[in-house]
Amino acid sequence: MRKLTVPISEDVIRDLTVGEPVSLSGVISTGRDAAHKYMIDNFIKTEGNPPDSEHELYNELKRILEDGVIYHCGPVVQQTDAGWRFVAAGPTTSIREEPYQAAVIEHFKLRAVIGKGGMGAKTLQACQTAGAVYLHAIGGAASLIAQSVKDVVAVHKMGFGVPEAFWIIRVEDFPAVVTMDSHSNSLHDQIKAQANTEFSKLIEH
Amino acid sequence: MQKLTNAIVELIRRAATELPQDMRDALEKAHAEEESGSAAKGALDTILKNVELARENVTPICQDTGTPIFEIHYPVGISTRQIAAQIREACAIATERAYLRPNAVDSLTGENSGDNSGIDFPTMHFHEWDEPDIKFDLMLKGGGCENVSTQYKLPNTELDAGRDLEGVRRVVLDAVNKAQGLGCAPGVLGIAVGGDRGASYIKSKQQLLRPLDDENPESELAELEDRILDEGNELGIGPMGFGGKTTLLGVKMGTLHRLPASYFVSVAYMCWANRRASMRVADKEITYA
Repeated sequence: MRKLTVPISEDVIRDLTVGEPVSLSGVISTGRDAAHKYMIDNFIKTEGNPPDSEHELYNELKRILEDGVIYHCGPVVQQTDAGWRFVAAGPTTSIREEPYQAAVIEHFKLRAVIGKGGMGAKTLQACQTAGAVYLHAIGGAASLIAQSVKDVVAVHKMGFGVPEAFWIIRVEDFPAVVTMDSHSNSLHDQIKAQANTEFSKLIEH
Repeated sequence: MQKLTNAIVELIRRAATELPQDMRDALEKAHAEEESGSAAKGALDTILKNVELARENVTPICQDTGTPIFEIHYPVGISTRQIAAQIREACAIATERAYLRPNAVDSLTGENSGDNSGIDFPTMHFHEWDEPDIKFDLMLKGGGCENVSTQYKLPNTELDAGRDLEGVRRVVLDAVNKAQGLGCAPGVLGIAVGGDRGASYIKSKQQLLRPLDDENPESELAELEDRILDEGNELGIGPMGFGGKTTLLGVKMGTLHRLPASYFVSVAYMCWANRRASMRVADKEITYA
């Protein structure tokens, strides 16, 4: 299994192809619906000139996300004396971020997006031009993935609610599969095409 | 009536953190059949490890602990209102103990009730029976697979599906193909034929309570279950939609009488985390299965 360590270089990403299992380590950020809308409104629409109040977070996110990874996840967390702990942290359905993802990949120079269910043509195009991949985590594997989260480094925008905040986490051997690569290949499209062919055979008279 | 709240909390704990043996066996078998090094095998490997971890650590198998659906059989003279109150109480306690995620959202305000209570939440169906025991069957039905569950009205011209079992086969395979990996395959299908729309959906979910090796007493239906299982797997969608040999782990089907004018086919898709547990309350003893 290919090991990926954040920060990830473009060369490493260009070498990945769909269907390949990977194991990811390093510091990444979670981000789902509210986080993506926030990044578009404050950083991307303003062409990198966010309002003063958002400057600090902008710089922090740029540092984490450049050659980095964003994870579509709304975790179950627990606050302990030692700080936050991830209890259950499986992926959420990614297609909801399709309107935003391409711009976020390009703006922050993201190398990977993790989620489930795959994404659309716009994201696939951004993966090709910017040198990024979509990594599919195993839906429902919440306990196992939570175990790969070794530290909660920071949390930003808690006002969005626990599932929607930016959780900056250090992961070790996070298991996923490349299902969209940087060469315009989508495993989801391939499997769908094959399944459609089989389906037609099964229902012909 | 005896106080059952704690016993129901235990039932919820078992459902949320321990995958039933028949599902574990089916996942093991699927794992053995997929090719070494394939994404499908890797996915099943992760799933099996996760199932073990959840059991050891007593944490939810999946963070989406779903809609708790209770089917309760009770003898004459038992108050279903009292049972319902104890189920609600048990759900709140199970949420506090993190066996359940707070999953009940007010459809008007968007507010999460925080304890899995709400309007018609959790789901409860009561059935009076002749036996002296009370029997609880609980299923936790996740949102991802609920979103790919569906209902067809036959005839369906597009799929050339008429009002017969061949028509049923066609629309069910269509549902599996449309779902791809989005219902967290490999899944189990509960299918109901007939009824009105509402009764049909309920019946399709009730089919999911049948163990995977339960044989349909209706031979025509038993044959169709097997055929759909084989043909669904021929689609090659595979675990998580990565491609592979196992798309379905089981197919269970039941029928209801229908109006002459209507012919509904409901397909309840259940993810690999097919969480179900049952509890029988006898005079002095409570047993779980």
